[in-house]
Amino acid sequence: MVVTKPVESSPTPVAEPRQAAAARPRNGARVLCEALVREGVDTIFGYPGGAVIPLYDVLPEYPRLNHVLVRHEQGAGHAADGFARATGRVGVCLATSGPGATNLVTPIATAMLDSIPMVAITGQVAQQFIGSDAFQEIDITGITLPITKHNFLVRHAADIGPTIQKAFHLASSGRPGPVLVDIPKDVLLAQGELAPAEPLELIGYKPTYTPHRRQIRLAAQEIRNARKPLILAGHGILLSGAMDELRTLAERAQIPVALTLLGIGGISQQHPLCLGMVGMHGFAHANRAIHEADLLIGVGMRFDDRVTGRVSKFAPNARIVHIDIDPAEIGKNVETAVPVVGDARQALAMLVADVEELRHEEWIAEIDDWRQTPPYRPLGNETVLQPQFVMERLSELTERSAVVATDVGQHQMWAAQFYKCDTPNHWITSGGLGTMGFGVPAALGAAIGRPEAEVWAIVGDGGVQMTSFEFATIVQEHANVNIAIINNGYLGMVRQWQQLFHDRNYSETFISQPDFQMLATAYGIPARTVTRREEVDDAIVWARATDGPTLINFVVDQEMNVYPMIPSGGSFGELIEKGE
Amino acid sequence: MVMRLHTLVVLVEDHPGVLNRVMSLFRQRGFNVHSVAVGHSETTGLSRMTFVIGGDDRMVEQVTKQLYKLLEVVKVTDVTAENLIQRELALVKVAATERTRADVMRLATDIYRARFVDATPDSLILEVTGPSDKIDSLLTMIRPYGIKEVARTGLVAMVRGSGSTRLTVVQDAVA
Repeated sequence: MVVTKPVESSPTPVAEPRQAAAARPRNGARVLCEALVREGVDTIFGYPGGAVIPLYDVLPEYPRLNHVLVRHEQGAGHAADGFARATGRVGVCLATSGPGATNLVTPIATAMLDSIPMVAITGQVAQQFIGSDAFQEIDITGITLPITKHNFLVRHAADIGPTIQKAFHLASSGRPGPVLVDIPKDVLLAQGELAPAEPLELIGYKPTYTPHRRQIRLAAQEIRNARKPLILAGHGILLSGAMDELRTLAERAQIPVALTLLGIGGISQQHPLCLGMVGMHGFAHANRAIHEADLLIGVGMRFDDRVTGRVSKFAPNARIVHIDIDPAEIGKNVETAVPVVGDARQALAMLVADVEELRHEEWIAEIDDWRQTPPYRPLGNETVLQPQFVMERLSELTERSAVVATDVGQHQMWAAQFYKCDTPNHWITSGGLGTMGFGVPAALGAAIGRPEAEVWAIVGDGGVQMTSFEFATIVQEHANVNIAIINNGYLGMVRQWQQLFHDRNYSETFISQPDFQMLATAYGIPARTVTRREEVDDAIVWARATDGPTLINFVVDQEMNVYPMIPSGGSFGELIEKGE
Repeated sequence: MVMRLHTLVVLVEDHPGVLNRVMSLFRQRGFNVHSVAVGHSETTGLSRMTFVIGGDDRMVEQVTKQLYKLLEVVKVTDVTAENLIQRELALVKVAATERTRADVMRLATDIYRARFVDATPDSLILEVTGPSDKIDSLLTMIRPYGIKEVARTGLVAMVRGSGSTRLTVVQDAVA
């Protein structure tokens, strides 16, 4: 049998050369790409599917848009989140309709609770099928109503440009948050042009950046009157870039600064006025400072229950000045003496101008006295590796300057306590939603957003098993992520609660695991296992010196607890300083 | 904190799904909604929603702030303490035989100024407007005759005189 080569004049359609693409009719998919380029997007974390094929069809025409193919849409969402936290820019993720979209729900909720600027783009079935329970149809705008800052269903190709413009504006302005844009397949295929960007008219959206002068004067007066003032600095410091203003105010008025979990990086933890983290697993001296303070100045934080414990016993002696860009946060959880609505940076700059130099030597001395008791840190022996020691070594050897993305649980709290993160936007952790599985994909996103940075994913053996499939993406992207598994064989934080509050009933918290070193090797990630103290430094040095991703499986004390701890719903008086 | 009913008038952009967003917010945060009325306002592109919600002052303040976080919500006014005209409309189908019809009609028209809009041999439909408590009272009085069906619109409210829930500030800004 003779196989004939198709002749040149064959009418059989062959793949069109790419150059011809520009001549093709302009459609919604191209409008979308151009709108994304116009917003300055250079990275999209995504996963293809039926409803977004038209978009993937044109994506190669836009080399500016680097598409990172993840292994699961949840990975795309968390990676976009990590990207946003590490770069301060809007993170973009993309998924198809139906299950692709629902797989973004957890990352969107994670971004919502932590005020992360993110734009999620989802495909939708063609409009003629909407409402018919078509294949891979789901009402994702309905599903994400309570977990987005806003969401859109785009009905016409001409609306894509303005909608993307609005989405990025909403995601990144005021109190940032995730915005979802749902685009039906027929809209991606419909003819359309990108209209020139126009000033947005959002009559119902006017975030207040500049605080009211009178409120600043009242806040300044509170500071003058206080003998034991304390600043509680949150994520808003980083989001507004108020690091200098925070430090200046603290130094000028000699006010100690305590950090929320998401506020870490807002001021150097080496600064003598910085008390470190407060809250359930915050330092005893920092929580004690709240307990004794006569004035709390909350800046860009929301008095969340992990910070306050039982509200009725929180900061019993303090009047509260609350500075936040979201008026709904003020007065929501605690009674506020002076509400200040505005951008943290502007508010702090105005306070710096209003407040004269003040001294609080006695108060500082008192706190320093409490600080003499160092945080609980067991000494490891020859046979059992202590997780706190691993964190300390990591902090030391990376000179406190790595980008650290954590998962959720005990290792997260140890990292918060012992990794002395000093750099803004280097501490990436799911605070509000507490999303296990966040660490690995968030580190991936951070590494792609900050290719020059040293990135560590600090994760537990439980959480890493939730999203370890993204190891493949890390390898595919040559992303510089060092993965440190703090491996205690348990879902440790739940086990700790079971031990302390449920009579050691370790129900379903012992969790089996693969050989992590072999797992990493299977993905092509060089890996080591560390079981002894003296191996720790060597492994960290090895990981840092290795080009590309690495994994270290730190096998640690199985029943180590996180201390100090204020039990849920408890108060400072119930603080457990350390274990038996 | 005193629990009482508050009347909130909310101006929203007239987009698809706005009511859904507002109700989703109420549900999500556990706010207790007694009545909802929605319709176009005096301004093209804006709808006016009237909510009666139960709660203490702090809760109502939270409701207001959370409502403002919705992109389409343009203005929220708590008119509870204002000098108000408040009206609700109800259609009530009540059992009425030859024997009782005259009594029902007299009671409803003399005291409640209701109108009768339909009649059959064994029922009447009456239409009544007024503050919610007036409608409650009417329903109580005619219940013994046998209420077959009730449809209420939910309360709408307007501040008397120069007070208003209009969008003056934003309108000036746009102009």
